[in-house]
Order: sequence, then C-alpha cells, then structure tokens
Amino acid sequence: MILLEPRPAPSRLFSLASPLIAIALTLMASAALMAAMGRDPLAALSVYFVSPFQDAYGRAELVVKAIPLALIGAGLAVCFRANVWNIGAAGQFTLGALAAGGLALALPNAAGPLWLVPYLLAGCLGGMVWAAIPALLRTRFNANEILVSLMLTYVAGLLLDLLVRGPWRSPLSFGFPQTRDFADAFALPVLVAGTRLHLGLVLAVLACVGLWLMMTRTLKGFEVRVVGAAPRAAGFAGFSEARTVWFAMLLSGGLAGLAGAVEVSATIGKIQPDIGAGYGFTAIIVAFLGRLNPLGAALGALVLAVSYIGGENAQILLKLPKNVTGVFQGMLLFFLLACDTLIRWRLRLRRAGEA
Amino acid sequence: MEPFVISVMIAATPFLFAAMGELVAERSGVLNLGLEGMMLMGAVTAFGVAFTTGSTVLAVAAGALAGAAMALLFAVLAISLMANQAATGLALTIFGVGASGLIGQGFIGQPLPPPVKLAIPGLSDGTMAGRILLGHDALVYLALAMAVAVAWFLARSRAGLALRAVGDSADSAHALGLNVTATRYAATLFGGAMAGVGGAYLSLAYTPMWGENMTAGRGWIALALVVFATWRPGRLVAGAYLFAAITQAQFYGQGAGLGVPQQVLAMAPYLATIVALVIISRDRALTRANAPACLGRPFRADR
Repeated sequence: MILLEPRPAPSRLFSLASPLIAIALTLMASAALMAAMGRDPLAALSVYFVSPFQDAYGRAELVVKAIPLALIGAGLAVCFRANVWNIGAAGQFTLGALAAGGLALALPNAAGPLWLVPYLLAGCLGGMVWAAIPALLRTRFNANEILVSLMLTYVAGLLLDLLVRGPWRSPLSFGFPQTRDFADAFALPVLVAGTRLHLGLVLAVLACVGLWLMMTRTLKGFEVRVVGAAPRAAGFAGFSEARTVWFAMLLSGGLAGLAGAVEVSATIGKIQPDIGAGYGFTAIIVAFLGRLNPLGAALGALVLAVSYIGGENAQILLKLPKNVTGVFQGMLLFFLLACDTLIRWRLRLRRAGEA
Repeated sequence: MEPFVISVMIAATPFLFAAMGELVAERSGVLNLGLEGMMLMGAVTAFGVAFTTGSTVLAVAAGALAGAAMALLFAVLAISLMANQAATGLALTIFGVGASGLIGQGFIGQPLPPPVKLAIPGLSDGTMAGRILLGHDALVYLALAMAVAVAWFLARSRAGLALRAVGDSADSAHALGLNVTATRYAATLFGGAMAGVGGAYLSLAYTPMWGENMTAGRGWIALALVVFATWRPGRLVAGAYLFAAITQAQFYGQGAGLGVPQQVLAMAPYLATIVALVIISRDRALTRANAPACLGRPFRADR
C-alpha cells in the first residue's frame, strides 16, 4: 500500500519536473490511444509532435499559434494566483476581437501604422469590459465569478454570431457570414519575411516578461500572491480582496481581449463566426503548465501550440479527427494535476504491521 | 399553453438529473465543475448504445456508467490525490468535450427513434391534465422520483446525515468514525452517474440525435442551479422547472416573430442564470445557511 506523506516544504524540484513528467505521460497515453484507434502509434506521434518542427516556416507557425495562448495564459496565471477563477477568457477574447474589429470596420479608409494603437487598445478595452461584469458581480453581490464569466462566454459567442450574420456581414461575401476585410492599416506587420510571424510576438513577450517582473519584484505582485494564498493574512496587511479581484479580472480580461484583436488582425483580417475563441479555454492549461508563472506560460503556450499544429497536420496527413487534439490537451491537464500532488506530498510504502 | 407546459417538463429533466447529482456531491464537500464533460460523455455513450442495440434501457444505463467513469477520474485526482478541485473539474470538461466529439464523429447526422412514451389509454390522451401530466417518457418521472428520493435521503436518512456531516466538517466527521473518503467517492460517483443520465436524456429523448457540444452549457447552468437552490432539493426542482421555462420561452419567442434576432433570444438562459446567481448570492445569510462548509476543500486524515 502506498501512502502520501506531507513534505516539510513544497518541493521546488517537483514543481518544475511535474510538467515534464506530465508531458511524457501524455505522450505514452496518446500512443496507447492511437494504437487503440488502429493507427501506428509511432507514425502518428511523429506527425503530432515532430512534424511541427520540421522546417523554418513550420517553426514560425508554432510561434504564431503560441502568441494568443501566451497572452491569455500569462494573464490567467496572475488571475489564478490571486485565487480568482476567470474561466471566461474565451468570451473576453471574442469581445476584444469585436471591439477592435468594430473600429477597423468603421474606418475602411484608414492608412498609416499608428492606427494599430487605437485598434489594439480597443481590443484590450473590449476584453476588460467583459471581464468587469463578473468582477462587479463578485465584489458587489458575491456572485461566483466562474459561473458568471462562463455564462458570458456563451453570450459573447451569440453576439459574434449575430453581428457577422447580421449588421456586419459584408455585401460582397456571397451570403457567407463574414465581415469585409479590414484596411491594411489594421494588419499587424510581419516580422520575418516568408513567414506569418507577426508583431504580436513582441506584445506576448512584453506581457509575459512584464507580468513576471510585476509578480516577483513589485508590491502589487506580492499583494496578488498574499490575497490568493492567505486571504485572512492579506486582510490584516491591509490588502483588499475586492481590489485584487478587480485587478486580476481586468488584467486577464484585457490580455484576452488583446489576444482577440491580435488574432483577427494577424491571421484572418476580418471577423467570421470562428475566430479561435477556444484559445480561451486552452490557455487555462497553458497557465497551469507554466506553474501559474507568466514566464512559464510562454513555455506552456509553445507546448500547446505543438499540439494544435500537430493536430492540423494529423488531420491532413492521417485523416485523424480534430477532436484528438482536445483529448490530448485534456489528458495533459489530468496528468499535470496528478503529478502536482508530488510537490506537496511524497510517496512512501506502508510497512507491514503499520497502521 | 399546453404544448409549452409539456416542453418545459421535458426540458427540465436533464437539468434535474445533472443538478440533483451535483447537489449530492457538493453536500459531501466535493465541487465538481466537470458536469458539462460528464453530461457530454453520457450523451454520446447513450446514443452509441441506443444506436447499436436499439435498447433505451441499456442506453440510459451506459450513459450513467460513462458519467460515473468520468466522475471516478475526478475522484481519484481531487479526493485521493488532493488536486485543486476547480482545475480538475475544468480538465474533466475539456477532456469530455474532446473525447465525446471523438467517440461521436460517426454518429453525427444519424437519426434515432424517440423513446417509447408512457401511454395509459383514456388517461394520457383524454383530458388536458392527462396530456400534460402523463404521456411522457419514463425518464421525466424518474427524474422527479429521484429528486424526491434525494430530498428524503438527505433530510431523513442516517446515511444522508453522515453525508452532510462530511460536507460540513470533514474533520469532525472523521473523528466520529465516519469514512470521509468513501462518502465523498460515493457522492461524486452518484453525481457523475446522474450527469450521465442527464446527458443521455438529451441525446435519446430531448433531441434524438448526437451533435458535438450538444449540451450547450447545460452542465454549467446546472451548477448555477445548485447555488440558486441554496443546496436544497425542493428549491432545485423549482429552479430546474423555472430555467426550463426560460429556455423554452426562447423558442416560442422565435416562433412568435417578435422581431428580435434569434441570437438575442438564445442569450436568455445564460443571462437568466447570471441574474439568478446575483439575486441569490447577494443575500450572504441565505447562501451561508445551507452551503456545505467544507465545499471544495480536500481532506486528509491526520491519524
């Protein structure tokens, strides 16, 4: 019989090793799943997890995929540290895309690089407004932010659908539900010619490094960590829980909104029913994989990006269904949570005769 | 009026199953946010079994088993390994969405005959009351019977008292010799089985077909219903019917041609959930009176 025994202090080693063990276990379980589906496990895994790295274009695509995940994941890492459970990043992403996209569609003749500034700010603002609703309802009425932010994700999806099928639909789209193309002024510039790697990378790196500095080097970061870990102690220190809820929600909502604005600008240049809001949920895994540390979220985003690109390749090359990616991602979070037990506990064999 | 009442009874059934199961789990101190994932797995498994065997009874049982299997995964992580319950529940939902889509890809677009209705000649079609109250499929009544049974179990039975003790003070319950871990496992598995049956009802009876993500947030609304009901079974039944009425009113609004876009009407259940949460949560005394004191906290026996 194996017992769990508390460690005197949380293990730093296992805090860092746990994501690696979880990734290894996910690979093994994925191979088993492929074999169960009647596929050659090694061939399938090589398409999933090796093919994304094969050429320079593919590697750039990985980073492109990781940009929205890192932006959202870094914000969620701070939010979850504060023990504030913003599960509605997908909705905030959508609202950011709608706010920024609305601006771009209103200015079809815009020219000049400076228009990107109000465009991106509009995205942030859209996400913040959507995140402000659960923040307000939690701080004023004690309503659970998990459920409110999640309900708002469904509302945001319907709002997007309404706009692209109704007032915002392009007259030139032959009935397809999509808006006009944004003016070139609203397209994020490409950083490396021949790839799609865009300016969003700079924003994502700034967000991850900036939030890491904030969490580790500033009083605000300390406040967030104390309120999250020990709310009573935080109260005695004069840190306000309500203020922290507002801060965490607006920060994570603003970054999710920014990610939405970046994503529609850089990858599609218009708004359509599917703008990749699912990143809002995947970013939850990114935050946990990154140890709720904004810098770690950048690494986590790259890992999840591999699963996305690999999944797309497997769909094309192996005719594997796209849901396999979701299964892999879910398993990764399961294994990660299981391995995280070893941070605070160690395994010990129960000796014979011991109670 | 009559078709509306009938459609509300049908729409309330998946809410009743899923939310009543979650209520029992939460009363034992376990917050399982994975309802949506468990419902989807129940829905796809039940559909698959009904599609291949043609037996509704087997299909419902399979849905319950699938939900319970997902709940077991949750229980191992959140109860035995003491993982964060919120994160584990989310993992369950992400996994359930992907896995149900993967299992169900061959079932998309396949029709299924709706389940046999309980027909009592002369009674279920003679009068309006007969048509409203009788003449549904068996699961509609099973949901209500289960709700009564849960209410009795929690309020009147010795085991129900033990379950509430575990949820309110795990340490005291342990000191009294109650097995906290076993109680929580049982409650979580019951919650999973009920969520699975709720999902099965969606794919077998509510819309006899399978579609990806067909629960459309009902699992999350069921979670909100438990809060709305302040963890009391009687209020949960009322809440389930109220929310079913709101989801159904939406379709009648579409049919009536109010000039409101369909998407705006479809927002109604989600917005109503938020309003309901605010109304109940603002009264802290009300929520605190019945909320299990140990909700979401892991337990480990010190000795």
